[in-house]
Amino acid sequence: MDVDEIVEGILSGNKRALARAITYVENDYPDGKLILKKIFRKTGRAHVIGITGFPGVGKSTVVSKLTNEFRNRGKTVGIVAIDPGSPFTGGALLGDRLRMDGLDSSKKLWIDPGVFFRSMSSRGRAGGLAAKTGDAVRLMDAFGFDVILVETVGAGQSEVDIIEVADTSIVVLMPEMGDDIQINKAGILEIGDIYVINKADLGGADKTERWIKAMLMMDQEAVEILTKTTHAQEYEVQTGQIFDKMSRAGWIPPVIKTVAERGDGIQELADAIEKHFIYLKESGNLIETRKRRLSREMIELLIGEIKAYLMKSDKIDFNKMVERVSRNEIDPHTAVEEIIRVLINNNI
Amino acid sequence: MERKIRVLVSKVGLDGHDRGAKVVARFLRDAGFEVIYTGLHRTPQEVAMAAVQEDVDVIGISLHSGAHMALVPKVLNYIKEYGGDPDELVVLVGGIVPEDEFDDLKAIGVDGIFIPGTPISKIVDFIKEIAPKKKRSKMEKMEN
Repeated sequence: MDVDEIVEGILSGNKRALARAITYVENDYPDGKLILKKIFRKTGRAHVIGITGFPGVGKSTVVSKLTNEFRNRGKTVGIVAIDPGSPFTGGALLGDRLRMDGLDSSKKLWIDPGVFFRSMSSRGRAGGLAAKTGDAVRLMDAFGFDVILVETVGAGQSEVDIIEVADTSIVVLMPEMGDDIQINKAGILEIGDIYVINKADLGGADKTERWIKAMLMMDQEAVEILTKTTHAQEYEVQTGQIFDKMSRAGWIPPVIKTVAERGDGIQELADAIEKHFIYLKESGNLIETRKRRLSREMIELLIGEIKAYLMKSDKIDFNKMVERVSRNEIDPHTAVEEIIRVLINNNI
Repeated sequence: MERKIRVLVSKVGLDGHDRGAKVVARFLRDAGFEVIYTGLHRTPQEVAMAAVQEDVDVIGISLHSGAHMALVPKVLNYIKEYGGDPDELVVLVGGIVPEDEFDDLKAIGVDGIFIPGTPISKIVDFIKEIAPKKKRSKMEKMEN
């Protein structure tokens, strides 16, 4: 399939074209970039929902049941599910898809025309997502799915990349995963727009719920205090992150107990997700957050392009420049200024 | 850089014997492949749709039920029906297959058949040897 066939396929609902496009993008083929360029104008419509949490809490099962629930509500669903790639061999065992329907094939999610499921290996990347997850989501968005579910790698405490991709982030927990100090640690437990306590039929679910709610109350107060300080704005410039957190003022994350295996609590979860999307749209946060993300993405792309140019350009001998700096003939700042002058003069 | 080889390891039909498929999935992971496991009791349609959506290079179908001559052709036909091309895929069958039916399976497009006792390295070598010869690998080399 060539680029035009694939683009046309994606825009006219051909799943094979979508599948092939993800392969090209995932493997950094030049065609992948061309496809992304051509479909970009069709993106931005889908509600992107992230599902994260520690390994084994039931993320894939929640994804399966949510997919079914959204289908019942007449929405089409794309899914990207990431599992870890081996740091030793580069191989991966991608075991999220098999939770779709579980042993019960009666729902037919695998062959539902309104569902598309893609497994991805993180390929050794930290952060909980694969490098190309965002681009895979864009392809699905252009294809026309109403909802895109992104399931992260079973996350550790600091794997929070999902907030760079999802409009609504759901943190899935289960009872007895630690005390209230664990729940107040920075990282993954701060990023939820919605918290799910799955396997709530196990003992201790009420206690976990109380701790999360207490943590969230303190979060709200923290946001109020932070918004009033100029320190927060400085911080935003440095990290780009805290501002996203503050933009949640006005949304109190609900805590929902589920037993996903049985489907308990899933309707309530889907309601909360839809409510959050309405909140994002009405508050203007959807546009603002997406814009801030794009700004970060473009800076990364820019840096990438400049790096690539430096490596292949005959106008600048970057390695020679490094040599000169290492011999103390020139300082690094002046060297970089010189490089930038060359870039500008050559109209790259 | 060579593209990572993606493999779908599948169980089709009423057949609860998944130890072999799980062991194979695990060792293919260690051979550096990206392996997607379907779990038990999938229908031919489901396996075919998974192969298309996951855009795999290799599809492995594990059968211990004796229904290979009924189910394997169905999987391949549904791949076509869903817009895929079985000729691009390395098609492998594993499990209990009588030797006098090997040729019948090969005639419908199966590339390799591996019965219990096969060393894992034989499957890995087979995939590495045959995958680059498939129609798809040749097309991708031309396109990129």
